[in-house]
Amino acid sequence: MSNRDYSLFGPDAKRAVESGLTAAEWYHTEVPRKVMKDLMARSDQPAIRDTIIYYGSMILLAGIGIALWPSLWSIPFWLAYGVLYGSASDSRWHECGHGTAFKTPWMNDVVYQIASFMIMRNPATWRWSHARHHSETYFVGRDPEIAVMRPPEVAKLILNFFGILDVIAFVPRILRNAISGPTPEERTYVPHSEWGKVQRAAIVHVSIYAATIGLAVGTGSILPLMVIGLPRMYGAWHHVMTGLLQHGGLADNVIDHRLNSRTVHMNPISRFIYWNMNYHVEHHMFPMVPYHALPRLHEVIKHDLPPPNRSIAEAFREMWPAIKRQVMNQDHFIRRDLPPTAKPYREDFHHYVPGMMPPSAAE
Amino acid sequence: MPWIDACATTDIDEEDLIRWDHAGKTFAIYHSPDGEFFATAGLCTHENVHLCDGLVMGNLVECPKHNGQFDYRTGEAMRAPVCVNLRTFPVKVEGDRVFVEVA
Repeated sequence: MSNRDYSLFGPDAKRAVESGLTAAEWYHTEVPRKVMKDLMARSDQPAIRDTIIYYGSMILLAGIGIALWPSLWSIPFWLAYGVLYGSASDSRWHECGHGTAFKTPWMNDVVYQIASFMIMRNPATWRWSHARHHSETYFVGRDPEIAVMRPPEVAKLILNFFGILDVIAFVPRILRNAISGPTPEERTYVPHSEWGKVQRAAIVHVSIYAATIGLAVGTGSILPLMVIGLPRMYGAWHHVMTGLLQHGGLADNVIDHRLNSRTVHMNPISRFIYWNMNYHVEHHMFPMVPYHALPRLHEVIKHDLPPPNRSIAEAFREMWPAIKRQVMNQDHFIRRDLPPTAKPYREDFHHYVPGMMPPSAAE
Repeated sequence: MPWIDACATTDIDEEDLIRWDHAGKTFAIYHSPDGEFFATAGLCTHENVHLCDGLVMGNLVECPKHNGQFDYRTGEAMRAPVCVNLRTFPVKVEGDRVFVEVA
């Protein structure tokens, strides 16, 4: 069993570079150019519709919550508002960060900035960490967005359903960004030319939180924080639930997204909150395809992918036992069977990559 | 430097690009919506991804890996995560052939 070091300055990071893993070419399902061009085509209409529903629902729910405050009758409205604030903001941040949600660039930028604030991420930092996540998905020591590190700390995973660890990590980081720019780790993936943006964005975020806290203290009520800040915790559960499924229990240090990412069929409400990121193998394989075209992409390439999980519950039934086994055996992972129509996994390459777990560790 | 016969004008759809390899180097040749042809280095300046799998939108090409964008007419980096401009190469059309001056 090998111990993993997730530090961006650690031996695993060095090994990933020296072994050639970081320079290797990822596997892609072959899609005819004309079909792919059609799938990549941008459109404002779906995202404008969804964004009107999204922000309209938030205003309505928060308004009712405020009107009923402090009655217990306000609770259901806060819970619904919280999921839109603390979970749907994650997918908006993600899609607009890629620049694929809208055709019009400024629309992507506006929603990205708002979503970054709500999900408590510095917009000038996380854009770059996510680029690394796509280049080096689940490469130990290289990917700064690994949600389930091995051995998994199950208690921490559960705490984060309430955003506790994320918020605890966010507060000192955003204060540090506001005072002195990116942290040393952030400077490994944020270009020097962007460091000023990191600091400016942090100052804006800190100022809004300071004003909100000031209003709460001034009015002697937590109501302002129920609207801004706290929903990142009481509404985080949905994005953590769906986020764990993206890569949890699957392989690391591989160059085939079919081995390290998971596609899950979900109910329409979760798909709205998650903006179709349940098609996660498809998204990683072809990040330029907008969220609204991912179901079509799935139909085009599903012959080459492991069968998707049929529901969130089924996906958890697959993932959770694997995470528990990884507590004792870090090399364990789920290796899903491919359909007969698929090209085989690139085992020939993976066998020669130091740090890659042996196939015998797989289920 | 000599002009190299790279491809036929009909090899590239309007508002699209192709990959063209020559003398051990890789290039991207574009057919703009206005019917003009352009050529740039073939790899994104961010992480050496082939631009030929990317998307041409008007005068922009978007990298297929991280969605960075360049103006392929000038090579200017237009959207993060690309920060370094793309090298461009002169192009001329003679008859139905596209020629690139490879420096």
